[in-house]
Amino acid sequence: MKKDFTITVYTEDRVGMVSRISNIFSRRKINIEYLNTAPSEVEGIHRFTIVINESLEVVRKLLRIIEKQVDVLKAYSNTDEEIIWQEVALYKVSSETITEKVKVERLLNEYGARAVAIRKDYIVFETTGHSEESKKLIKFFEPYGLIEFVRGARVAIIKNSHGFHEKVKEFEKKQPTENFETTEVEDDKAVFSL
Amino acid sequence: MDTLTAKSPEDKTTDKKAEKISGSQAILDILIREGVDTIFGYPGGAIMPVYDALYNYHKYFNHILVRHEQCAAHAAQGYARVSGKTGVVFSTSGPGATNLVTGLADAMIDSTPMVCFTGQVFAHLLGTDAFQETDVINVTSPVTKWNYQITNAEEIPEVLAKAFFIAKSGRPGPVLIDVTKNAQTQLFDFKGYEPCEHIRSYRPKPLIRKKFVEDAAAMINEAKKPLVIFGQGIILGKAEKEFREFIEKGGLPAAWTILGLSALPSDHPLNVGMLGMHGNYAPNVLTNDCDVLIAVGMRFDDRVTGRLDKYAKQARVIHLDIDPSEIDKNVKADVPVWGDCKDTLPMLTKLIHKKEHAAWLKKFRELQKQEFEKCINVELNPTTEVLTMGEVVKVINELTDGKSVIVSDVGQHQMVACRYAKFNQSMSNVTSGGLGTMGFGLPAAIGAKLGAPNRTVIAILGDGGFQMTLQELGTIMQNKIDLKILILNNHFLGMVRQWQDLFMEKRYSFTDIESPDFVALASAYNIDSKRVESREFLKAAVQEMLKHKGPYLLEVKVGKENNVFPMVPQGCSVSEIRLS
Repeated sequence: MKKDFTITVYTEDRVGMVSRISNIFSRRKINIEYLNTAPSEVEGIHRFTIVINESLEVVRKLLRIIEKQVDVLKAYSNTDEEIIWQEVALYKVSSETITEKVKVERLLNEYGARAVAIRKDYIVFETTGHSEESKKLIKFFEPYGLIEFVRGARVAIIKNSHGFHEKVKEFEKKQPTENFETTEVEDDKAVFSL
Repeated sequence: MDTLTAKSPEDKTTDKKAEKISGSQAILDILIREGVDTIFGYPGGAIMPVYDALYNYHKYFNHILVRHEQCAAHAAQGYARVSGKTGVVFSTSGPGATNLVTGLADAMIDSTPMVCFTGQVFAHLLGTDAFQETDVINVTSPVTKWNYQITNAEEIPEVLAKAFFIAKSGRPGPVLIDVTKNAQTQLFDFKGYEPCEHIRSYRPKPLIRKKFVEDAAAMINEAKKPLVIFGQGIILGKAEKEFREFIEKGGLPAAWTILGLSALPSDHPLNVGMLGMHGNYAPNVLTNDCDVLIAVGMRFDDRVTGRLDKYAKQARVIHLDIDPSEIDKNVKADVPVWGDCKDTLPMLTKLIHKKEHAAWLKKFRELQKQEFEKCINVELNPTTEVLTMGEVVKVINELTDGKSVIVSDVGQHQMVACRYAKFNQSMSNVTSGGLGTMGFGLPAAIGAKLGAPNRTVIAILGDGGFQMTLQELGTIMQNKIDLKILILNNHFLGMVRQWQDLFMEKRYSFTDIESPDFVALASAYNIDSKRVESREFLKAAVQEMLKHKGPYLLEVKVGKENNVFPMVPQGCSVSEIRLS
């Protein structure tokens, strides 16, 4: 059964990583729903957040192939229940219609939106949350003329993760300690070393 | 020996200058430090500074000028496969680099250690569609284990150290280093070279889980009908001895993939033959009869497994592999034994009981007998007037005693060579397994001869594959490479024709191939040659080829429409293997 998996990948900060990682998906004709990449909390290490809709079995195989890339330190995959995740969305609407017909205050309260730019001809609102919420707001804006909309890629915090600072120290070692292992995917065979 | 860094005359003019060397010189210095003595390459605009430096280093390297960059890559593969060393390739940017792609893909899928250097346009011209510019990093990223573009000479020592470490360690593979022209000419302060031993993001060997080894041993000890199937992992891990001890203690019949061929001597009593589409009858049929299947250093390629949903479903599977991504990829493992088989096999051997499995082995012998009567005898001792490929291989076996290196191309002759050639030494069979690259054979054999100069190297080729890279006769001529080229000519693209025959109502769509006069062609390259068309002259001709000093080409005309059997038709289970 296919469902959304959020794949988190820690890589060396290196030119060409996006293409090396995205190749792994495109080669298997798997569409990436969201892709976010940015520096992690550890200097020199980037964190990718990738969302795909796939079966657990496929995700397992993908994780191993991603980890096999020389410049990848670690990859994890999580279902929506195992993460706290957010997506940013920006909406540009005409000032005229929106201030005339809608109580902006109500809008802000009801949808958790916030106005980030107010100009004479347009207002830009911002929401942070899940895509269902932004979809609702888009629908709400439609009658008033939504000029432009953009959604940011998902970012996610893994609920049971202890962070990456400590792990990096193990990576630096030639022989990591015996208990240094993680189970990436549910009921996997306590796979490999790092 | 001279100083490690050969200095060009102008470097000696002042002391201050002498401290600095060019990126090109640094590359060559580092190659010496990495123990490289053979380079396969082809010069061109963007790699000229490296070739210019090579002019001063000629005594350190045997540079083989190939006739096409693809062949430089294949030659490096052949070199690596017989020597266990890393093959090194030089080529220029643009077309030089894209010509390497087939060789890289072949080395990637067959896990061959290789470091390829490509020249690149000046860094400031990157992305401008400069002359002979291609985005080689992106083009090669799916077919390299690692690649990197050097735009500053300062990066050379660290990047090259990583390149050689990555190519050779863990599951080996090809690495491509793209060096912009400015980095090649740039003078920099070369502070010396440290080989790389650790990269934090790269773990070549997974940690061995003791529990899995114990589980595997328990499973083997319980087994009544165990079957070992092994691949190139044994050879890459240099674990031939450990493997023999393992199967001998457990009395475990062992069958091989074509890349695993020669890791176990052909006449070893536990060697039960070849797996897969054109493999032997017994191991294919009994894969679906065994109770424990022990896969060692192999990846369950579809040519080995046939139809997956009918593959060894009755068996519990133990999979030993160094590459975690191979576990459960095609066949689900009940026990995954992560790790280098050089380490895990002795651990297993220690824990398994000494056994013989005589009744189970007898089953193999019985099926072997059936295959002998219906296929092997027909191929090796034909009663037809036309020669068969198998009888040619049999003559080679008789005259070389299993000691030579056999390099094959791709197609019918490859299957026949792998099925019938006898080996008593590891690293002796070189063939393009995963990618099935026609044209691989001749250049790979050049590399193999350089990698094993004291051994007889025989390239067994088809008339189709030979014509894909026959320009390498020029390389053989110029470098006087003592190679025995054996063309099994059936005037067809035989394997495709066989499929058309069996599955497409003999609709021979473009498989009928005409060839030049191979003997005349060889003589144009000043290579001695002969053609044999009848049985009575075969043995003497092969003998003459083997005794000849220097390169020799022997063309043998074989049956036009002979088919290779047994065969597991595509989409069928391994136990549905056909004997005719």
